[in-house]
Amino acid sequence: MIVQALAFYLFAIMTVAAAVMVVSARNPVHSVLFLILAFFNSAALFVLLGAEFLAMILVVVYVGAVAVLFMFVVMMLDISFAELREGFLQYLPLGGIIGLILLLELAIVLGGFVFSPEASEHFAAPIPKGGAVSNTEALGEIIYTNYVYFFEAAGMILLVAMIGAIVLTHRTRSGVHKQRISDQINRRPEDTVEVKDVPTGSGI
Amino acid sequence: MTQLAFPDLTLALPEIFLAAAAMVLLMLGVFSRESAAARTVSYASILVLLFTIVMVGLVTDGRAVTFGGTFIVDTFAVYMKALVLLSAAAAILMSREYLETNKIFRFEFPVLVVLAALGMLMMISANDLIALYLGIELQSLSLYVIASFQRDSSRSAEAGLKYFVLGALASGLLLYGMSLVYGFSGSTGFDALAKLFHGDAEHGVPLGVTIGIVFIIAGLAFKVSAVPFHMWTPDVYEGAPTPVTALFAVAPKIAAMALFIRIMVGPFGDLSDQWQQVIIFISVASMLLGAFAAINQTNIKRLMAYSSIGNMGYALIGLAAAGHSGDAEISASGVEGMLVYLAIYMFMNIGTFACILLMRRQGRHVEDISALAGLGKSNPALALALGIFMFSMAGIPPLAGFLGKLYVFQAAIRAELFTLAIIGVLASVVAAFYYLRIVKIMYFDAPEEEFDGPVSFEMKSILVVSSIFILFFILLPVPLLDSAAAATASLFN
Amino acid sequence: MNDLLLQYLPILIFLGIAIGLAAVILIASLVIVNQHPDAEKLDAYECGFPAFEDARIKFDVRFYLVAILFIIFDLEVAFLFPWAVSLGTIGLFGFWSMVLFLGILTIGFIYEWKKGALEWE
Repeated sequence: MIVQALAFYLFAIMTVAAAVMVVSARNPVHSVLFLILAFFNSAALFVLLGAEFLAMILVVVYVGAVAVLFMFVVMMLDISFAELREGFLQYLPLGGIIGLILLLELAIVLGGFVFSPEASEHFAAPIPKGGAVSNTEALGEIIYTNYVYFFEAAGMILLVAMIGAIVLTHRTRSGVHKQRISDQINRRPEDTVEVKDVPTGSGI
Repeated sequence: MTQLAFPDLTLALPEIFLAAAAMVLLMLGVFSRESAAARTVSYASILVLLFTIVMVGLVTDGRAVTFGGTFIVDTFAVYMKALVLLSAAAAILMSREYLETNKIFRFEFPVLVVLAALGMLMMISANDLIALYLGIELQSLSLYVIASFQRDSSRSAEAGLKYFVLGALASGLLLYGMSLVYGFSGSTGFDALAKLFHGDAEHGVPLGVTIGIVFIIAGLAFKVSAVPFHMWTPDVYEGAPTPVTALFAVAPKIAAMALFIRIMVGPFGDLSDQWQQVIIFISVASMLLGAFAAINQTNIKRLMAYSSIGNMGYALIGLAAAGHSGDAEISASGVEGMLVYLAIYMFMNIGTFACILLMRRQGRHVEDISALAGLGKSNPALALALGIFMFSMAGIPPLAGFLGKLYVFQAAIRAELFTLAIIGVLASVVAAFYYLRIVKIMYFDAPEEEFDGPVSFEMKSILVVSSIFILFFILLPVPLLDSAAAATASLFN
Repeated sequence: MNDLLLQYLPILIFLGIAIGLAAVILIASLVIVNQHPDAEKLDAYECGFPAFEDARIKFDVRFYLVAILFIIFDLEVAFLFPWAVSLGTIGLFGFWSMVLFLGILTIGFIYEWKKGALEWE
């Protein structure tokens, strides 16, 4: 139990520290690297909660793909981030006040933390009671049947994302020579090669 | 593990059809010849949308839920879905000319509009917080893309980017609110939430739920561009291609309003003390900003942006009246007024944007209000149509726009929200100034160069249908009023 | 719950050793080795030349397109894991709902193939 608590504090502190570094690092590439660190630590926190599947998704999708995309975007834009940061001090008071208000609200919410009496009946635990199945299996048992509507809707959203990415960034380049395999296969010797019978000694 | 019964798909048939049709259209576009693809897909998608309206009308059978109670079909949904599909079809119909002149007529445009319409139908039929969120995301994602459809224009790209960044922020707020509501109540289903909060008004609700509701309102207010979440509207409306702006001004607003109504009077209906004040504030602020900020605009699309902010303020009066605790009849009259208002708003906006799309000089689209000068002489028919829409927006008596405002103000008075009604009337007086200024420019200013002709058949039919609706609505308001009443009744049962 | 976490104990120990070892190596090199840094030593190494330009160059937008298409299919694959694990219990209904999901994304795949979004040149 003590190990669990220690691990929690270690990962939680690392997550917060990495998140602070994401916004305060001077070099945007470092920001992205700190973001990856934050993702890893949040994955560890999910494991501590028993939500294995979410932890895996965080590593596979966020660290593996989203962070890479961020890196591309940071590289692609090539903005001087030092210039962007110039107004930082100017906006600090206002931003600080808003942050403080949000923090206060959070404190109020936590202070008034009273669940509806019926709430506990509805709650879903990450692992079904009894521990017969793993977290991933428990998710699998409901996503594809009970929540089939949400699942297919997610599919449609991914389709839109795909169309959107292509519509916005894809350009057909002119003057590009493509390999057209069907044309190559359909080419017959009769169309292209002519066999000439050349009499000896007379030339063509 | 209990084996689950197969969900009843017939209720979701219009959505399933629309999703399948969107994919078929995509394949049709990508496999047909490049020169013909856009035109074919465009007309096919209009047919698909119109056919979906028919299907939506057929599946209704009182109030029914499917997919484990996350998807609801009732008369209210049918009414709203018909409006959304109609405006999406009109937007595609209007888009061809504009996209062709700007050389961005690609078949993805109608496909994305169809997918956005699918998202809107899902929003309207949502009976669960997750279903709500997925519908909003499907809709928004498609709209972000078509906002920057003219990707070589920096203004269009900027519009898409702004819409996307602020839309993502709004989604974040919405999700935060939803997680609070879920965390404090333990359920995401609207029916379960309604049961949970029933009679909760007396012994107080958990603070987390209240804060969650406020966050959900903030997220939805962004989607309907109500003050103080309106900042994106003028820039996005101005920068996006005009047919896209026409779509933005109507379809997503109607869908988000439907969601607003359903979530506020449904699961949170018994908590109206918690949200009524917020809605009143949003409504007043939107009406005032819409009235005053539009006065100095020189770009007609920007003007329409402020006008739509104001109009959402008027529509929200109905929701504020629906928050009247105690008498269900008064609440119902608020929602009913809102439904009628939204239908009229749709016709006025589509008509106005059709006029804006006809403002072309030497093959280029112009957007300055001053370009309308002398239209009364150079193109009397177009000037007459635009004049009708402007008079209607200003709320001049015999026209439909006047009746729409009348119904929401009446509801506000019945709910004893007198200040709100008075502010609404005053704001519409101020707003009348800039609508009538356009009429003045058209008829009394020295004429400029003529607009390009000829007007295509599609544009003519849209203009004729919407102006006839606006002009003669007062003679035959019963069908619309009846269906709005039926829709409201299905919501309050 | 504890059983589950016990399975992750080796990873935690591994992490501890990794962090400890890294710290030891860094501190040892800091303490034991003579440090005489100067401008030349700290310079970025570029085949013996002074650095010509910033290491960051603008990427082609096509990288971005490939990356975002990768994310989409990555997510699709992520949905396959719980499905594969629980396929025995969710029956035909669960099977076909995944097939439908894959069908939707296959439509997207055909679209991007025909559009040439997967071709580099």
